[in-house]
Amino acid sequence: MNISFHINGKPQSVEIADENTPLLWVVRDILDLKGTKFGCGKAACGACTLHVDGEAIRSCSYAVKFAEGKQITTIEGLGNEQNPHPVQQAWIEEIVPQCGYCQPGFMMATAAMLDKIPNPTDEDIDNNIINVCRCATYYRMRKAIHRAAEISAKSKSSIETQTTSS
Amino acid sequence: MMKKSLVQYIIPVFLITGIVFAANYSNDKDSGYNSSGTNETVAHENYNTMMDVLMSPRCINCHPNDHTPKQGDDGHPHYFGMSRGKDNVGYEATKCATCHQTENNDYSGVPGAPEWSLAPTQMLWEGLTRKEIAESMMDPERNGGRTPEETMHHLTEHELVLWAWNPGVRADGTPREKPPVSLEEYKKAVKEWIENGAIIPED
Repeated sequence: MNISFHINGKPQSVEIADENTPLLWVVRDILDLKGTKFGCGKAACGACTLHVDGEAIRSCSYAVKFAEGKQITTIEGLGNEQNPHPVQQAWIEEIVPQCGYCQPGFMMATAAMLDKIPNPTDEDIDNNIINVCRCATYYRMRKAIHRAAEISAKSKSSIETQTTSS
Repeated sequence: MMKKSLVQYIIPVFLITGIVFAANYSNDKDSGYNSSGTNETVAHENYNTMMDVLMSPRCINCHPNDHTPKQGDDGHPHYFGMSRGKDNVGYEATKCATCHQTENNDYSGVPGAPEWSLAPTQMLWEGLTRKEIAESMMDPERNGGRTPEETMHHLTEHELVLWAWNPGVRADGTPREKPPVSLEEYKKAVKEWIENGAIIPED
């Protein structure tokens, strides 16, 4: 069957025999976007987290048929080296990753949280960022999440100032 | 001679009368009809059939007595600290729907159904007796303001309730346990129990 959606802002159609194929495998193996990782395969670790219509989703447990007509964002679409997303910028500044394998999932979960909670408390972070990191980078991630909130706030305030002055 | 003969007749007559009385008394008990004409035995059978289902982990796990969903046949707390959040569907960015979709996922073993969520706090069942659950279920203060008929429809038609008979597979691919009663038997029992006055027997 044919399934159409937008991924990282671009329209995309895929022909797939099994409509229940996890979105993760479509993203990685068909669309060749390798930033989204396979971890546990049972929606427990969060390495495969991406956004579907702005919501964090564990893509190893999300049948591709549900993606029809949706807006999908992967870590590749969050930002790039020239124009990093505040979460990516904060991750660099705080030197968060060790092995790095699980980090895209964490960053996608964090970006989804900051959309809904721009200035999260430690409790908000504990509640919403429940992915698993074998390198135990949680302490640095917590700092990076707070830093990402600061960068986002500054960025918004600068945009508002520019809008007002123009 | 006359005296002996009378005793010979009277004793069997008493015996037979006693047996007939006892047999009738026993039949009355078995038939279960009380003075109001309700068939209590059938009502209790329906109640027991219904409660065998509602006490199963497929139902209780999402009616916790705290804010933590339960998992598995042992009802262990949901991994990773997931909790009900403000609207019974998890937290702002990590919700039930982050992992649970509108149908089971047999590749990951993650269960799913439409409106996947915890039951509201006032509908806590975990740790209650059958009688307490039944009382809670029929109490508008604790059942979401439902009338008995609405409760009947919820119990027999809501897709999330019916998921219990289509619970999918676990992460290791083995089928998840279903309630101990077939869906047809359960629906019949719930309907008859509510139509007959929703009598809740003592535990």
